[in-house]
Amino acid sequence: MATPYALPEVTLDQIKHLVSQRALDGETVLLNMGPQHPSTHGVLRLLLELDGETIITCVPDVGFLHTGIEKNMESKTYLKAEVMTDRLDYLNTVGNNFAYCLAVEKMINVDVPPRAQAIRVILAELQRIASHLIWLATSSLDVAAMSVFLYAFREREIILDILELVSGQRMMTTYIRPGGLWRDVPVEFDDAVRNVLNTFPKRIDEYEALLTKNPLFLDRTLGIGKMTAEEAIQWGVTGSTLRGSGPDWDLRKKRPYSGYEQYDFEVPTETEGDVYARYLVRIKEMRESLKIIEQALNKLPLGPVRSNDRKIVPPPRSEIGTSMESLIHHFKLWTDGFDVPKGSLYAAVESPRGELGVFIESDGGPKPYRVHWRTPSYNNLEALPDMTEGLLIADLVAIIGSIDIVLGDVDR
Amino acid sequence: MDKKLQPIVQTLEKDFGAEAREIFGEVEVVLSSENIIAAGQKLRDDFDFALLSTITAVDYFPEESPRFHIVYVFNSLSKNLQLTLRVPVAGENPTIPTLTGVYKNANWRERELWDMFGIKVEGHPDLRRILMPDDWDGHPLRKDYPLGYEEPQFTFNFEEIDLSKPKGEM
Repeated sequence: MATPYALPEVTLDQIKHLVSQRALDGETVLLNMGPQHPSTHGVLRLLLELDGETIITCVPDVGFLHTGIEKNMESKTYLKAEVMTDRLDYLNTVGNNFAYCLAVEKMINVDVPPRAQAIRVILAELQRIASHLIWLATSSLDVAAMSVFLYAFREREIILDILELVSGQRMMTTYIRPGGLWRDVPVEFDDAVRNVLNTFPKRIDEYEALLTKNPLFLDRTLGIGKMTAEEAIQWGVTGSTLRGSGPDWDLRKKRPYSGYEQYDFEVPTETEGDVYARYLVRIKEMRESLKIIEQALNKLPLGPVRSNDRKIVPPPRSEIGTSMESLIHHFKLWTDGFDVPKGSLYAAVESPRGELGVFIESDGGPKPYRVHWRTPSYNNLEALPDMTEGLLIADLVAIIGSIDIVLGDVDR
Repeated sequence: MDKKLQPIVQTLEKDFGAEAREIFGEVEVVLSSENIIAAGQKLRDDFDFALLSTITAVDYFPEESPRFHIVYVFNSLSKNLQLTLRVPVAGENPTIPTLTGVYKNANWRERELWDMFGIKVEGHPDLRRILMPDDWDGHPLRKDYPLGYEEPQFTFNFEEIDLSKPKGEM
């Protein structure tokens, strides 16, 4: 048994199928980048084979943030397991809840009231903007644009304030629940979102003024990390990274869920497939998200935000004091949970990073038998070696920024 | 079943002896492991299912044959269709052929299968653990791998904690 201090020895033998013969002959250099590195956007380790500063091979090594969420969810009821979904992709917490709840709702066949559906869309789109802001901040910081970083984080805080307003939490909201929402939004919600709608287009103009035609930014991004549409699909790349290469594959448009079909919005695409194209796509997506939020907010229906099915949704507090049946429902829900019919389902939504799918297998009991997360960052990262070969380390940093990975999403 | 899916499912049934079933409005096709490469090829080339969304597995322990179901989710961008394939695998020395020759991104997902379930993928170019550390014992997502037992391991209690750790069979 290994002692606490002994690191497992890595020999060249173990990695010789990953690098070229030149590395084994000592002609090229093997360099370890990460897992603690500011430009890898989390705990991503890359094994680089370098000829001078040119990358010959790049081997990503993931798993440093593996938290066993899939295993843990198996031991919790459907309601309690939802709390873990926030921790997957911590920049898209609402979106993770959304995917999970849509899958569970489809399995138990419960209807979600229109008001809840519209609020879900508003929050998911706000979250998309917040996530894109982090991408904008960090990826432009990687190519040495410091001020965008500060601006984007300032604006993201406004969106996190809205999440805190509705759920009490800035990030780990668990606000979307199977059957609807945790509770209705407070009265201040409307003003807060309109404030975002009014100020935000100008902010995006500001970011664009700083970057879009900035020659230093163009030098670092134009023609870098090129990927054709076919290659991207072969690697399972989805989301904005895929749309930068051409296909207009967006699940909100192609397989509308939660009433996305009612809203008028475009799916921005670019054909170049380089870092700059992905930048343009995400900037446009933020504007499209604002359009969706505005439409959803303008015709936000009144009514309940939770299903009336007491077997799935806990009763309101006011009923528990007066109705024995409500008390029993409340007790049963938070101790046993609800049963889900036997069978399995794969359902996907469009997260800021791509196709976020959840596979749930139920054995008919109150706990999921198996939950698998098809996380978009995992597949997007897998395509990284293809994009980087023959480029410089400085380009690699720009490319990692442009595929917008979240290591919590990769490692689960 | 979606009308556009029907001919595809029928072809799979005819060519590979597959069995289709519908659950929660989605179609699942069960077929045997020797046919998975040919089926993947057919789906990609003839029916334009260019995107392999995910590969995962379900462990039905203590059942032994089949103990595992490997689940493949395919997507067609041009036809806007989704199809799930299931491949039953026995519990003893579970093995499946690799799909990396057909879909490049099967690589990491199949490494995950090996890592999490201990399912050997034959012909895989780089079958190492991906999420767990290289020297990890056992395959965590198996149902006979217990949840828990994990206490923070410090230098002073390293050996004591190590004794209580679950040890897998491989």
